[in-house]
Amino acid sequence: MTAARVEMIHQRLTAALAPEHLTIIDESHKHAGHAGAQSGGGHFAVTLVSKAFSGQGLLARHRMVYDALGSAMHTDIHALSIRAFTPDEFNPH
Amino acid sequence: MDIIERIKQQVEGNPIVIFMKGTPQMPQCGFSARTTQALKAAGAEFAHVNVLADPEIFQNLPRYANWPTFPQVYINGELIGGCDITVDLFESGELHKMVAEAKNQQPKAAAH
Repeated sequence: MTAARVEMIHQRLTAALAPEHLTIIDESHKHAGHAGAQSGGGHFAVTLVSKAFSGQGLLARHRMVYDALGSAMHTDIHALSIRAFTPDEFNPH
Repeated sequence: MDIIERIKQQVEGNPIVIFMKGTPQMPQCGFSARTTQALKAAGAEFAHVNVLADPEIFQNLPRYANWPTFPQVYINGELIGGCDITVDLFESGELHKMVAEAKNQQPKAAAH
């Protein structure tokens, strides 16, 4: 279940944003038992590095990630922590 | 009152408002807790709406804002983001400036 969710998140983010770097951490276990976890949605933390974020503010970057995940935000994902960088921000010269 | 009107009133009637799970005194979610802590640390006085106590707002706010998660922080009527962005802005010092500016401005909807 969990591995399938991570794979689904990976596929959707890769397809939409072509990240040069992408890590997805499943933090669902940290939240087991709290009220939000009962709905069955997982907690995930993603870090993305993508050229697509160039020239976009923080709000826009987060919306791009939410849009890429689409309906999963309402079904499989209860909470999502996002860190979104451009390649230049991630590897400053 | 229409739900969208009711949300709008909260957003535009308060210089700073957070829609959160629980209350600042008793947050029901770690993300909401961290966000209120960042606001407080930046010197903000803010209104709050407990979305767990208001199912109508809980269901409609994501649509209103095109933002699927809670918490949501609005300053001067504009969404600034959720937990990650608020904490980022706090750490970069930007949140202090936004809070200070909000204190100097009275949104139109609050003028009676």
